[in-house]
Amino acid sequence: MQMRLRLSSWLVAQFPAPLWGDHPIRSYTPQVYTPCIVRRMSIPHTLLGLLESGPRHGYDLKKTFDERFGHDKPLHYGQVYSTMSRLLKNGLVEVDGVEAGGGPERKRYAITEAGITDVRTWLATPEKPEPYLTSTLYTKVVLALLTGRDAADLLDTQRAEHLRMMRILTDRKRTGDLADQLICDHALFHLEADLRWLELAAARLDKLGKAVGA
Amino acid sequence: MSPATEPTARPAPAGSLLVADDLHKAYGATDALAGANFSIHAGEVVAVMGPSGSGKSTLLHCLAGIVPPDSGTLTYNGRDLGAMSDGERSALRRSEFGFVFQFGQLVPELTCLENVALPLRLSGARRKEAERTALGWMERLEVHDVAGQRPGEVSGGQGQRVAVARSLVTGPRVLFADEPTGALDSLNGERVMELLTEAARATNAAVVLVTHEARVAAYSDREIVVRDGRSRDMERAV
Ligand SMILES: Nc1ncnc2c1ncn2[C@@H]1O[C@H](COP(=O)(O)OP(=O)(O)OP(=O)(O)O)[C@@H](O)[C@H]1O
Ligand SMILES: [Mg+2]
Repeated sequence: MQMRLRLSSWLVAQFPAPLWGDHPIRSYTPQVYTPCIVRRMSIPHTLLGLLESGPRHGYDLKKTFDERFGHDKPLHYGQVYSTMSRLLKNGLVEVDGVEAGGGPERKRYAITEAGITDVRTWLATPEKPEPYLTSTLYTKVVLALLTGRDAADLLDTQRAEHLRMMRILTDRKRTGDLADQLICDHALFHLEADLRWLELAAARLDKLGKAVGA
Repeated sequence: MSPATEPTARPAPAGSLLVADDLHKAYGATDALAGANFSIHAGEVVAVMGPSGSGKSTLLHCLAGIVPPDSGTLTYNGRDLGAMSDGERSALRRSEFGFVFQFGQLVPELTCLENVALPLRLSGARRKEAERTALGWMERLEVHDVAGQRPGEVSGGQGQRVAVARSLVTGPRVLFADEPTGALDSLNGERVMELLTEAARATNAAVVLVTHEARVAAYSDREIVVRDGRSRDMERAV
């Protein structure tokens, strides 16, 4: 038998008005998705973390950061040096040597004990859970309900669009390196979560719509 | 109004391997299929999605000639499935089709190797020959190390890969998979999908993949959606 979900206005009440800015689905491509993660990431902590495996020069730090986290949005040298001088001032790194030729990128930095503690604390502190994308989808589903439209239709169209993106990401995972795979998986799970919410909402809101005679 | 409510009379693309047109199937008062269309060509992976109870499994069973539809036509490789005798249909299933289901499909009394070799044995292959081919597929699905174990002695993920190996051992032209990863965690599920689609692509087999998981469906080339027994081809719908 078809599973019948109980009619409930609970669902409508459960979803807060969108708190987070607009994130069009198009921004979920790996190219733009990476900076999305990066933007949410603390650059000082990340640079500190990269120093844990051993001292590095400024240019080497930038290069490693870009390779692992930057993709098409590399750090500016200026960002690296302002960050490093702040870390230096706070005693989280120390200068381990200067290469001939001068220039700030020739400085070699090493992490201090305080720096290691700082990274440990950062890693141990949970991030605030953030709903990413629901705002537009939420609005559309509620509008579909209020105007008596077919939420299932909206779901099918959105699913098709999501799947188009998910196929690209899945394909990229097949050929990419480990960092690529992790980034794609991160995006894939979020896209799937959108769809699961939409599916649930569509199943309930269709019935709710009929009940309220919207 | 959903376009699916007016069955489209658009013809299936040329070169289709398996085509279903306007399938209807009722169980008592339940219309499990109410005008479903489907087509797939060789080497294509098509996901069948839709809510629980919408008719996905019924569609798969009809396409595979396991369940006869009440009306509508089914053509495999230019042959009308409805015009065949039961015997002809099961012969076709054994030689051309492969099947993977969600769980409980391996014969518990047989070893994994014997399970994989079973379809070959059923079509008359000698034991040695059958098991040699079977072991090759088990290697491909990375489960040759459990060849001597019984299904009860392997993990869910391994069991499912054994089932996939068995579905491919006869070199089917169409692989029917109903929630093949439904009982697995995401890591195992993805591995099964990777190996399954890789193997299917390598042999140019078509795959009909019923799933409600978008991450699983993302391994397909395109999807159709079944809703209240009607199918909607999301590619040709736009
Ligand atoms: N053998 C049967 N006897 C009676 N009713 C059946 C039978 N098989 C399916 N049905 C009914 O037909 C409808 C479609 O069932 P089907 O199994 O095709 O759904 P489904 O889309 O595969 O669902 P699920 O996602 O839960 O597996 C349901 O209402 C179901 O109860
Ligand atoms: Mg089913």
